[in-house]
Amino acid sequence: MPFGLLKYGISNDYPFEKEADLPLPTELKRQYDVVIIGGGGHGVATAYYLAKYHGITNVAVLEKGYLGGGNTARNTAVIRSNYLTPEGVKFYSESVKLYENLSNEFDFNIMYSQRGQLTLAHTDATVRAFRQRAEVNKHFGGRSELIDPRNVAELVPTLNLNPANLPVLAGLWHKDGATARHDAVAWGYASGATQRGVELHQVTEVTDVLVSNGRVTGVKTTRGDVNAGVVIQAVAGHSALMAQKAGFPLPLVAYPLQAMVTLPVKPFLTPLVSSSALHCYVQQTSRGEIVIGGGSDPYPLYNSRASLPLKESLISSAVEMFPFLSEMRLLRQWAGITDMTSDYSPIMGLSPVENYYIDAGWGTWGFKATPICGKTMAELVASGGKVPELIQPFELARFDRFKQVNEMGATAASH
Amino acid sequence: MKIMTCPLNGPRNISEFVYGGQVKAMPDHQNVSDTDWAHHVFYEKNDVGIVLEWWMHSPSSFWFIAERHNATDEIIRTYPADQLFKQRVDFVANEGES
Repeated sequence: MPFGLLKYGISNDYPFEKEADLPLPTELKRQYDVVIIGGGGHGVATAYYLAKYHGITNVAVLEKGYLGGGNTARNTAVIRSNYLTPEGVKFYSESVKLYENLSNEFDFNIMYSQRGQLTLAHTDATVRAFRQRAEVNKHFGGRSELIDPRNVAELVPTLNLNPANLPVLAGLWHKDGATARHDAVAWGYASGATQRGVELHQVTEVTDVLVSNGRVTGVKTTRGDVNAGVVIQAVAGHSALMAQKAGFPLPLVAYPLQAMVTLPVKPFLTPLVSSSALHCYVQQTSRGEIVIGGGSDPYPLYNSRASLPLKESLISSAVEMFPFLSEMRLLRQWAGITDMTSDYSPIMGLSPVENYYIDAGWGTWGFKATPICGKTMAELVASGGKVPELIQPFELARFDRFKQVNEMGATAASH
Repeated sequence: MKIMTCPLNGPRNISEFVYGGQVKAMPDHQNVSDTDWAHHVFYEKNDVGIVLEWWMHSPSSFWFIAERHNATDEIIRTYPADQLFKQRVDFVANEGES
């Protein structure tokens, strides 16, 4: 490989033609077997599994901006499966397993790095909840255990064990916790899908969903109408607005979620560290930047503006956890719009419109589910509407029957 | 700092307020079907535009109504809840049901 690189170094030819990951855009056809609205991680992953494992390649992914430019670019790239409900743990564990092998699957490095994730408990009630989460996780094959403050200090020597006068009583240590380069996940899925014949159309906004006699027939786009046998929506923060175009409501509320990143420094922090009481998590990326994230904004908004009070509270919590961070310089701050469900679980599968499938309600837990989402949504399409067992608990109809999956292990959930 | 006007206490910092969900018309709880009740509980209006919301000024525990644009975050106006809700709702369990 180094000799291959050297060859490019002394050659006058720019190796673009050979090395392009994505085929150049083509004409938007009038008819596809499957149209996927949203070219983020979930959308392109669904296209990838459809093409690679089910041989369905007459697929168009329609993206109003650019590939992976929405919440796929805005999340903080945490991969974990230490949730509370059996349904959630089973689902996210499958995702973690797929992530572990994703670089091999793509033959493209997604910079997957399994450093472990540590959540801190500051009250007796949280310790009890963590004990339960550890046991549920172990039962389904995950690696989670409750550790005492001395072990916490060994894992993260730089951590303040008494942040904001809330002593660390215990930690939920999740060895399967990991991070990966979020853009690379989207690029890997997109190039794998397009190499197999899937068309990715960027800057193509879906303006309406065409439904006749309770069955979806296609979509209206800014580049003309497209007929489709099956339509899947995977549009994150705008899920409820897209579903309204298809003619049904979703039980979602859109909240902004803010995060920020510092300038890069030498590696000092291996695990991903999160505090349940301070609603703050801190991790160091492979490039050395410190990523700081937390809970959603306190009230709903369809706007990804950043607000000073939330930044202030996030930074003060991060500085309480790692006091020397006060010397660091902030590089960037941003927000994304999260589509929150009242039970902190996603909404996946069938919708009231025939052949129109939903992948929504991803709130603050969407990135870690990208592979399993793509895989199960592809199975749903390929089987002609038979919902895979793994995602049956997340059906939209659960809200009509009071069968919520109460996922208190979610990041935004108050413990 | 963002300011919200409390109908009881005047203009205050937004951090003094707690969001309490959208204002929704409650169906007749005696005769409504389970599905319609679930819909009332779990679904909110999702359009982009001006929404009617419950807010509380937490130091004084005063609940009121606010009209707010859910994309620009502009607070159009706030007023006491009794301007909208003039009648008391009494919840009475049906006889013979547990």
